[in-house]
Amino acid sequence: MALLQISEPGLSTLPHQHRLAVGIDLGTTNSLVATVRNGISVVLNNESGGTILPSVVRYLADGSVVVGEAAQAMQNEDAANTIVSVKRFMGRGLKDVGEINRLPYRFVGAPSSSVTPGGLPGGMVQIRTVAGVKSPVEVSAEILRVLRNSAETALGGELVGAVITVPAYFDDAQRQATKDAARLAGLNVLRLLNEPTAAAIAYGLDNAAEGVYAVYDLGGGTFDISILRLSRGVFEVLSTNGDSALGGDDFDQRIHCWLLEKNHLSALSPRDTRLLLTHARAAKEQLTDHSETHITAMLSTGEVIDNVLTRSEFHAMSQNLVQRTLQPLRRALRDAKLNVEDIKGVVLVGGATRMPQVKHAVKEFFGQMPLTNLDPDKVVALGAAIQANLLAGNRSDDDWLLLDVIPLSLGIETMGGLVEKIIPRNSTIPTARAQEFTTFKDGQTAMSIHVVQGERELVSDCRSLAKFELRGIPAMVAGAARIRVTFQVDADGLLNVSAREMSKGIEAAITVKPSYGLSDAEITHMLQDSSQHAQDDMQARALREQQTEAEQLLEAVQHALEQDGDLLDQAGRARIETQMAALRNTLQLADHLAIKRAIAALNDATVSFAQARMDKSVAGVLAGRKISELETK
Amino acid sequence: MQLASFDFQQNHFDLFGLAQSFRIDVAQLEQQYHALQTLVHPDKSAHLPDAEQRLAMQRATLVNEAYQTLRNPLCRARYLLSLHGVDIQEENNTLMPPDFLLAQMEWREAVSEARQARDAAALDGLEARLQRETRELESRLAVKIDTEKNYAAAAELARKLRFMEKLAEEIHAAYDAID
Repeated sequence: MALLQISEPGLSTLPHQHRLAVGIDLGTTNSLVATVRNGISVVLNNESGGTILPSVVRYLADGSVVVGEAAQAMQNEDAANTIVSVKRFMGRGLKDVGEINRLPYRFVGAPSSSVTPGGLPGGMVQIRTVAGVKSPVEVSAEILRVLRNSAETALGGELVGAVITVPAYFDDAQRQATKDAARLAGLNVLRLLNEPTAAAIAYGLDNAAEGVYAVYDLGGGTFDISILRLSRGVFEVLSTNGDSALGGDDFDQRIHCWLLEKNHLSALSPRDTRLLLTHARAAKEQLTDHSETHITAMLSTGEVIDNVLTRSEFHAMSQNLVQRTLQPLRRALRDAKLNVEDIKGVVLVGGATRMPQVKHAVKEFFGQMPLTNLDPDKVVALGAAIQANLLAGNRSDDDWLLLDVIPLSLGIETMGGLVEKIIPRNSTIPTARAQEFTTFKDGQTAMSIHVVQGERELVSDCRSLAKFELRGIPAMVAGAARIRVTFQVDADGLLNVSAREMSKGIEAAITVKPSYGLSDAEITHMLQDSSQHAQDDMQARALREQQTEAEQLLEAVQHALEQDGDLLDQAGRARIETQMAALRNTLQLADHLAIKRAIAALNDATVSFAQARMDKSVAGVLAGRKISELETK
Repeated sequence: MQLASFDFQQNHFDLFGLAQSFRIDVAQLEQQYHALQTLVHPDKSAHLPDAEQRLAMQRATLVNEAYQTLRNPLCRARYLLSLHGVDIQEENNTLMPPDFLLAQMEWREAVSEARQARDAAALDGLEARLQRETRELESRLAVKIDTEKNYAAAAELARKLRFMEKLAEEIHAAYDAID
C-alpha cells in the first residue's frame, strides 16, 4: 500500500502516526487506564462501559479468572478466592501483613525456589486459591491485562507502552513487583511514576501552576505526601514521605472492629469477614455526606447485625489514623527545608481524602483550603497518561521536565548489623554511588553485600532488599583486591548493582537473591503458565490489528478513488470496488486470517492504480513549475 | 549544548558554565541544571533503543551528581579544593583546635538535652544558631579560596564545616525522633 499513500507535498492522506501509550493507575481499591487523545488526557472506558475497574480478582476452580465488578460482586460469597486490595501484599512478606487473621485468605509463605538470604524472613507472601497458589504479582497482572485489553480495544491498536503509577513511598521490592506484574501482563513499562507526582503533572499543566505545592495522597491502602516545586515547566520533587501501609482500608477495618465489639463477635468465617468489611466500607462512604448511617447484615450463622454509626463516633475511632498522616507531612517539610507558609497550594488525591475528617485535618495543618477542582479518583491516571504520551515520543506543544526522588535511603550492612547509607532519601533520580570494598582473607574470591532500604541504623529495623553475591574475585592477599561496587538507581526508582575488581579490572559476577521479590526464573515460569491466556490474547490482538489495518486501507483507497478516480477505466474501478466490498464483508467475521487475505487481495487490485497516481503526482509537480526553475535547480 | 558533544570528563563547573569559584550564583546554577536535564533526562529518550536509554541515564546521573556537589557548600568546597590538588582529609585529620572541639561538645550536649526533653522550641533555637555560624564559616571559606587562594587554611575551614553538617544532621534526627 505504500504507493497509494503518496499525497500532495505538505499534505498527508493519513493522520500523523500517533504512538499508542497509556497511563495506568493500579490502585489498591480501583484501577484506571487513561490516554492522551487530541492533546487531552482522558480516562478510557472498559468493557463494562465504566471508567473505574475495581481491583478485585476472583479465581475459579476451572482456572478461569474474573476481574472487576463481576469479581467484586462475589467477594462475600467466595471471599477466599476473591482477592481484594492485592496491592497491600506487593513485595511484602508474611510478617508485614499485620491483619492476617482479619483477612479471609489462606496465606502461604514464599515458594521454596526463592531461598531467602540467611536469617531473613520468608519471601513475598502468596495466597492459596481454588486455582492454585497465586503471588500478588500474578494477581496484579490479571488486573493489568484487563486494562491493557480495554485500552487496545478502545484505541484500536497495540500499545507501545504504559506508565504505571506506584505510591511514592513504595520501596524497591514493591516497585519491582509492580514492574514484574506489568511484564507478566505483556505491557512494556515506559516508566514507574509516583502517584503524587502524576497528580501534580495533571494539576500543574492544567492550571499553569507555579510555586511550591504539596500533594496529599490517601488511597485505599497507601499514604503519600510529596512536596514539589513547579517552575517554568519543571516539576521538581523536593521531598516525599508517607506510609505504604495506611489507607482507606484501615478506616474500614476500624468500623469492622467496632462491629465485632458491638456484637460480641469473634472468629468469623472468610465470607462473614468480607461481608462485614464490605458493609464497613459502605458505612464509611455514607458518613461523608450523612451524619449517621445504619449498618444491617445477616451473617452465615443467621445472626443479624443492626447498628447505627454516627459520624462523630467514626471520627473518634479513626482519629489516630488521620493523625498518623501528619507526621510524614512534618518530615517531608523538614526534608524540603520549608515551612507550612511556603506551601502555595495543597492537592488532594485518592478516594479516602473525601472523608471530612481527613479534609479538615489537612486544612488545619496547612492553614488553607485544599484544592478540590480535580477528581481525586482520576487525577493520577490522567497525569500518568500525559507522561506516557511524552515518553512514547509523541510530540506535544508544551515541553516539560520531571525530576523525581527516591523515597527511602539505600544502605548496606556493615559489621555488627549496622547500616551504612549509600544513597540518602530524597536524592534526585537517576542517581548512582560507587563504594570500594576489599577482601579480609587471603585468597578470598567471593563476597556478599546485603542491601537494605530505610532510615534506621540497625539492619534489623530496615527493609532487606537483596543479597548480592560477588564471585570471580582474583585470589590475592587480604586487603589487596579492590572491588568497586556501583549502586545505580534508575528513573523508575529501581536499584541496579554492578561490581568490578579494580586492580585487575575483572568484572565480578553478581547473583542477586531478592528478599521479597521474584527471581527471573520465577517470572519466566509464570509467563509460561499464562501462555494459554497469552494465546487467547494473541488471537484477540491479531484480530484487532487486522481490523485496524483493514479500516485504514479502506479509508485510504476510498480517498484515492475520490481524488484520482478519473485515472481508472470502468473495469479497473470495478475490480477495486469488488475487493473493497469483500474486505468489508470479512470485517464482520472474527477471523484475522480471512481479513489478512482480503487485505492482500485489495492491495493487489490497486497496484496499477497506485502506479498511475504516482505518475500523476510527479507530473503535477512538474506542471506547476516553470521550465527555467527546473533547469537552474 | 548538543547531546552528542556531552563530555563525561569535564569538571562540574564547566558542565554548568560557571566560573570555578566557591562563591556561585545559585539561581544560575539551578537554571543551568534544569536546562541540562531537559536535554539529557531519560524521559526524553524513553522511546529510543536501550543503548540510548542507558546513555541518557548515565548523563542524567552525572548531571544530578554535579548539581548536588555544587549546590551544597561543603561538597562544593571539597570538590573545588580537590581540583586544586588539596584533600580536606575529613576522615583522617581529626586534629582540630581545642576551643572548636570544646564548642562542638557543648553543641552535642545541647542537642541531646533538647532531644531528651522533647523540646522542639529548643531545637528551633539551636538550628537557627547553627545556621548563623555555618553561614559565617562559609563566608570565611569563600575568602580563603576565592580571594586569598590559601587552600591549606581553606581545608581546615572545610573540616569545620563538616562538623557543622554533622550537627545539622543530628538536629534533623532529633526532630524526627521527638515527632
